[in-house]
Amino acid sequence: MNNRYSRRQFGSLITASAATLAMPRVLRAQTEGRLLVIGGGFGGATAARFAKMTYPDVSVTLVEPHSSFVTCPYGNLILGGKKQLSNITHSYDGLRARGVNVIHDRAREIDAEGHRVTLDGGDVLEYDKLILSPGIGLRWNAIEGYDEAASEIFPHAWWGGDGSQITNLRAQLEALPEGGVVGLSIPDNPFRCPPGPYERISMIAHHLKQANPTAKILAFDSKEGFSKQGLFEDAWAELYGDMIEWIPASQDGRIMRVDPENKLFISEFGEEHRVDVGNVIPPQYAASIARDAGLTNESGWVPVDQHTFEAEAARDIHVIGDANIAAPMPKSGYIANSTAKTAVKAALAEITGRPAWEDPVYFNTCYSHAGADYAVSVAAIFRPTAEGFEATPDSGGISPRGPLSELSRNRRLESRYADAWYESITNDMFS
Amino acid sequence: MSTPRIRLPRSASEGEEIEIRTLIDHPMITAVSGPDPRNMLARFEATMNGETVFAYDFENGSAANPSFTFFVRAAAPGQFTFTWTHEDGHAYSAEGSVRVS
Repeated sequence: MNNRYSRRQFGSLITASAATLAMPRVLRAQTEGRLLVIGGGFGGATAARFAKMTYPDVSVTLVEPHSSFVTCPYGNLILGGKKQLSNITHSYDGLRARGVNVIHDRAREIDAEGHRVTLDGGDVLEYDKLILSPGIGLRWNAIEGYDEAASEIFPHAWWGGDGSQITNLRAQLEALPEGGVVGLSIPDNPFRCPPGPYERISMIAHHLKQANPTAKILAFDSKEGFSKQGLFEDAWAELYGDMIEWIPASQDGRIMRVDPENKLFISEFGEEHRVDVGNVIPPQYAASIARDAGLTNESGWVPVDQHTFEAEAARDIHVIGDANIAAPMPKSGYIANSTAKTAVKAALAEITGRPAWEDPVYFNTCYSHAGADYAVSVAAIFRPTAEGFEATPDSGGISPRGPLSELSRNRRLESRYADAWYESITNDMFS
Repeated sequence: MSTPRIRLPRSASEGEEIEIRTLIDHPMITAVSGPDPRNMLARFEATMNGETVFAYDFENGSAANPSFTFFVRAAAPGQFTFTWTHEDGHAYSAEGSVRVS
């Protein structure tokens, strides 16, 4: 395995053969401790940047397999033709410039007792505190026939990865036959980005309205309701007429099996639906590194302390982002970003002597684009309680409902707010 | 409205436990609170070759769109009837059969 970084640059890096470490000069000052961050997404990149800026004397190492980060948020805008992949791809150079040791490798195994992480490349990293922000795993074959190979035909496009899933789906939409059918399969709760599938439906419709106006979208859902449902349904009716059909579980909307070769979705009660383009968003759980480390419970997600995000199952491992259990907070990039800072402060309190937040507050806003210059949002503030997390009463809100003729300025402004949010949160991760 | 849906295997080996799924879309309005008049199913019953193999009496706590998944041992070829009876006496039904080899 080719090391793309110099061992001398990383004080926290050891290898089996290098029993004695030559400590490089730059790290001599960094004696306060070693923070290791696994996962360079909304949780991990925020954590690494925040840690380095707030605690310059702490050594911060970030492990992320991809050399650049493709965000899930705004991926739907690629489907809508409003963004290109380059617009949602971010470099880790900004974090490097701030002094974060960025290692592009995959964390394979966590030794919680020994405070070590083994990478795919074979290197072993030691840590004092670990921030684990690994994201989701997809439950392959939870929908019969939906495995990694099937996802090339029916893309999930539910993680950024190298961007190939979202561009695959976009290319298929562009090639959709005139009047063709786009099918979506949407999972039961909990899953990453609760309004995401419905923004996706909207953005696909936005594209088709111009490119293929007689096409149909069949959205098969394992649920009876969804985030911002009234707002989305208003938008669909106003902007896309009868292009979109949403089929809830009570109307046999739960897809149990797929047949990619024959382009079929098969429902719980045996209905076969032929689609020209299929987007299967499968059931999810915490990414494999969290499961393999024994941090998850029977739900497949990681129980954490609501003040510190320390995993219930292991000391000194703080799990943030979509992998943890934090309902009623959504699995959103916004929450990952907000809770990352609380987790870092809690993790480093012992080491640095600087206190954790006593009364942490977690913020969330989910913006969704429903059309051109048309966005809606839901916002809330959450706090830890003795049992878990709780939305602070009257702290947030949801976009008003009403006819577009009265609310067009509001919808347009919210689409600007959404763009500004994306700009600012990605700056807070990568700049 | 209120389409009964069932799923059962076409065939099974003798003595095999087969999974049966049922679903009916129904609002199940109790009228305990809210202005809408009461509109509730009273009972769900599944029979195999005329004999009841599963039954449930709905109460105010029953959710909308009641769904049942249950298992039946296929001892012989089975003719199944599924009946949802409304409190007003009206019934919805669906049928299916399982070959046993």
